[in-house]
Amino acid sequence: MAYDKFNILTSSAVPLPIENVDTDQIIPARFLKATERKGFGDNLFRDWRYNSDGTPKEQFVLNNPIYSGKILVGGKNFGSGSSREHAAWAVYDYGFRCVVSSFFADIFRGNCLNIGVLPVQVTPEFLDKIFKAIEADPKTELEINLPEQKIAILATGESESFDINDYKKDNMLNGFDDIDYLLNIQDDIEKYAENTPL
Amino acid sequence: MSKTLFDKVWDSHVVKHIENGPDVLFIDRHLVHEVTSPVAFLGLKNRGIKVLYPERTFATADHNTPTRNQHLPVKDPLSANQLRALEENANAHGIPYWGLGHKKNGIVHVIGPENGITVPGATIVCGDSHTSTHGAFGAIAFGIGTSEVEMVLSTQCIMQPKPKSMRINVSGALSEAVTPKDVALFIISKLSTSGATGYFVEYAGDVFKNMSMEGRMTVCNLSIEMGARGGMIAPDEKTFDYIKGREYTPKGKDWDAAMEYWETLYSDDDAEFDKEVTFDASEIEPMITFGTNPGMGIGISNNIPLAETIDGAVATYKKSLEYMDYNEGEPMVGKPIDFVFLGSCTNGRIEDFRAFASIIKGRKKADNVTAWLVPGSHKVEEAIREEGILDILTEAGFELREPGCSACLAMNDDKIPAGKYAVSTSNRNFEGRQGPGARTLLASPLVAAAAAVTGKVTDPRELMHEEVLA
Ligand code: SF4
Repeated sequence: MAYDKFNILTSSAVPLPIENVDTDQIIPARFLKATERKGFGDNLFRDWRYNSDGTPKEQFVLNNPIYSGKILVGGKNFGSGSSREHAAWAVYDYGFRCVVSSFFADIFRGNCLNIGVLPVQVTPEFLDKIFKAIEADPKTELEINLPEQKIAILATGESESFDINDYKKDNMLNGFDDIDYLLNIQDDIEKYAENTPL
Repeated sequence: MSKTLFDKVWDSHVVKHIENGPDVLFIDRHLVHEVTSPVAFLGLKNRGIKVLYPERTFATADHNTPTRNQHLPVKDPLSANQLRALEENANAHGIPYWGLGHKKNGIVHVIGPENGITVPGATIVCGDSHTSTHGAFGAIAFGIGTSEVEMVLSTQCIMQPKPKSMRINVSGALSEAVTPKDVALFIISKLSTSGATGYFVEYAGDVFKNMSMEGRMTVCNLSIEMGARGGMIAPDEKTFDYIKGREYTPKGKDWDAAMEYWETLYSDDDAEFDKEVTFDASEIEPMITFGTNPGMGIGISNNIPLAETIDGAVATYKKSLEYMDYNEGEPMVGKPIDFVFLGSCTNGRIEDFRAFASIIKGRKKADNVTAWLVPGSHKVEEAIREEGILDILTEAGFELREPGCSACLAMNDDKIPAGKYAVSTSNRNFEGRQGPGARTLLASPLVAAAAAVTGKVTDPRELMHEEVLA
């Protein structure tokens, strides 16, 4: 599925300064029963966000109206655990277009890139600065500049560059996905398969 | 140039390399289950394309399925709908489908090896992170997301940058009651849950050489819990003996040709790894976890570490202990438990049931414990009956359920209630993994058995030394 193009994103951010946020927290397994990619945002961080009777947990950041924006900032080792792409879908469906952390689990990072959510890995020091800036002013804005591979805290002017491979960057900028690419080289694939016994 | 085992298999599957981008990697065999596939099939439908090589794809129902009364219609309408979707998709695309009640049905990572779908030197993927299990056979096997499931269905390829390589050596002799699960939990406790992120692991050293295929599967299965994409072990005689004659392994001349390739699958003597770590087998004790990620494990006779001694965020550590309602410095032995779960793709094979039975034989299930014993597949279930293990279980007051993922991820009815403690042979102790509010202690089948008969965390060595009254 082709997705939204990503260029420069300027937005306030939602802070979640917890380490090892796993995909079972992002979306618990009991909400994986859909056969379509719809409505996963409602259950993003379900058990941190709601009590078992469905009432919101006031102290959880997504229930605090002073925080909002299209950027989610998480602690180290974000997205570990299960390969469920539903976790990335939930993040997207809720309205986030970018996740910032000092370290991402592999599969989650790949899943994000495959659906048009940009994972931005920063140094632990810069992550700290972001958390501090949001603490000082919840409305503080971050700028994610994909063409220049730069993330900046607008209020302080501090910035850092981030990595992304050229192929994925091009995909994100243009909203292309891997299947488009693979279907285009199907002849090569079929040739390879002919020489590969089952 | 000298190559690692991983290089040999990866490089021979690259269809195309993209400069400063990923490799296009050909996938030999693709396993599909009901939870991560429906949106991928929908993607194919929207593009108006068919599965390119249905004969390389195999589907089973496991994540969502009940472990009782499988002959009856599935009660939960959402689960039933997902199972129906998989069956319809498999039929529409000519994919073999081993649904509920089928004699080859079971957990995707148990039935792959059982039926010879898993072979050395192959690339194997599935929309489930514990696909790393199949690495036990010297295959490159790893979990993928649903977008990638769609890629494999439509083009038999995925696009991934080549991971870095890490070798983990464990040498020496394992102590009494130390199982492959303990070896893996020990390594994860040392490396942390992100210690191998970005790497593909090869396990080497006599501990793995001497391990059974089942044990190797348990170890490779848990590779993802240290953050690795996957883990693998070089194939040897044990591997070839295990797979020979299984339904989907090559036969006759094809077998000979395959053997020629498989025998080249080892890391060359001077092959270089990006990272290498070594552990001494004698340091490993039966393990148990006390927190909310698989890296939070200790030898069972130890106390819960003090917050000041850990590396990583103290706030996260304390939050985790609070969830478990444990205090730093407390011993694990003696802690009361409520549930025992024996099963999952980590420890749901016949060897695991044998280990469990060895402890409970002649004893009785503790009254305060609810035990869910769930075989990984119908074939495992059959072996449990044939070997007389079922009689031992029944006599001790246990009941055997029908195969599936069950309480490993609690998508079906097998949910641990909020606040309760479960000693579980599965792979993840995340908050709520086994049910909202559930508290999980990961351990081996021996530790699970010791807990099941005593009703509390118990060192299995104690029971092994105790005379059992016949
Ligand atoms: S048993 Fe658990 S880890 Fe294994 S495939 Fe099933 S849900 Fe995944």
